[in-house]
Amino acid sequence: MLKVFYCVLSRDITLALRRRTDVLTTLFFFIIVVSLFPLGVGSEREQLRMLGPGVVWVAALLASMLALERLFAADYDDGTLEQLLLTGQPLALLVLGKVVAHWLLTGLPLVLIAPLVAMQYHLSGTAVWVMMAALALGTPVLSLIGAIGAALTLGLRGGGILLSLLILPLYVPVLVYGAGAVSVSAIEIADTQPYFYLLSAFLMGSALLAPLAAAAALRISLE
Amino acid sequence: MVSRCSQPQPNLLMLDVSDLACRRGERLLFSGLSFQVPSETLLHVRGLNGSGKTTLLRALCGLLRADAGSIRWRGERIRDLAEDYNRDLLYFGHLNGIKADLTGLENLRIASTLDQDPADEDAIIEALSRIGLEGFEDLPTRMLSQGQKKRVALARLILSKAPLWILDEPFTALDVDAVDLLQQLIAEQVARGGSVILTTHQEVPLTSGAIQRLTLGAASDPISSESTESETRQRLPQGQLGHSC
Repeated sequence: MLKVFYCVLSRDITLALRRRTDVLTTLFFFIIVVSLFPLGVGSEREQLRMLGPGVVWVAALLASMLALERLFAADYDDGTLEQLLLTGQPLALLVLGKVVAHWLLTGLPLVLIAPLVAMQYHLSGTAVWVMMAALALGTPVLSLIGAIGAALTLGLRGGGILLSLLILPLYVPVLVYGAGAVSVSAIEIADTQPYFYLLSAFLMGSALLAPLAAAAALRISLE
Repeated sequence: MVSRCSQPQPNLLMLDVSDLACRRGERLLFSGLSFQVPSETLLHVRGLNGSGKTTLLRALCGLLRADAGSIRWRGERIRDLAEDYNRDLLYFGHLNGIKADLTGLENLRIASTLDQDPADEDAIIEALSRIGLEGFEDLPTRMLSQGQKKRVALARLILSKAPLWILDEPFTALDVDAVDLLQQLIAEQVARGGSVILTTHQEVPLTSGAIQRLTLGAASDPISSESTESETRQRLPQGQLGHSC
């Protein structure tokens, strides 16, 4: 089981490292979107501090959205997805391997770069740590939920737009509690712990259910 | 997890298709299709373009849900067997199913690991050299020609221990040598006691075993060409199909 999971994981990471542009576009998209807001709304300290958490999270949402389309599309085009369906391995496990690889390549870089981009919003040290932790818990949920949408819209014309319409509403809870945790710690009004409990619950739930749903969606898409 | 049977019993009924019907959009491709593929048999599916050959093969793989009828593998429905059936199956479709950014070696290593039967490095290199790609193992397959890419994909056949091969137009884009080799591989698989289902416009000579022919979408008499078959070849009476739409 673990070997199969690791095989898919390392395959997708090897492929991505040979096509670095895909990974870098997501990262730069995130950096640019986050940097546009201070330029647009001006440099007033308090205002930026209020905006910061939400902007970073919305940018993370959009960046992960951008990368989702390619999650299954390349494998679909060259027929390897068909072969993955016929390997005799549990498809949900293969999907989980792909999603984890996808997160390592598009989600983790966002978590790591977040403190740098957050500097533009004058966030306190604690708030930056909270932001990183919240992103680390929240971005895998984005990848997992997104995989369902990516599998459903596979091979459709204009699938990208449809994917956004399907998936962005499902991202709302992650956005609310992820950005909420950072806001709360930025203005120090309450404990952030409940937010982290909820984000962890989202992660557990989606890690369990999303691969199964995405696997079922893939079977439908490939008919 | 140990259901893989690399040496199937001879004359065991392997694949049993009854009353199968498939539809693509509005069009009924075939209906009432029944046939059996025992071990040591090659089933040659023929038919004009658009007669449903690929659809039939995809339905036999379980990639596509048939509109009616049942497909059984060793007595059990393939839907119920799910992954256990996939382990006994090797499908080769129109798309090669290899990653252009990976080398031939990596492609085959991944394929064999996922087949739950990891071949060792030497076996993979040997398979690649047998298929005529010696010296190309470490090149990304994107650098290879169309025919060479196909060869990489076909090297899976050499490594495969699956008793059932389903091959969709495996001969296209191959040169004379590769065609010979592929015919040899198919003959070996049949001689080993496996079954092969393929679509092609090529003849596949067998040294042992039986050839069945199935003609899809034939307007008049679908089995007319059977009279020229030699004694090792069986008539396939269930191939009468028409455009029912």
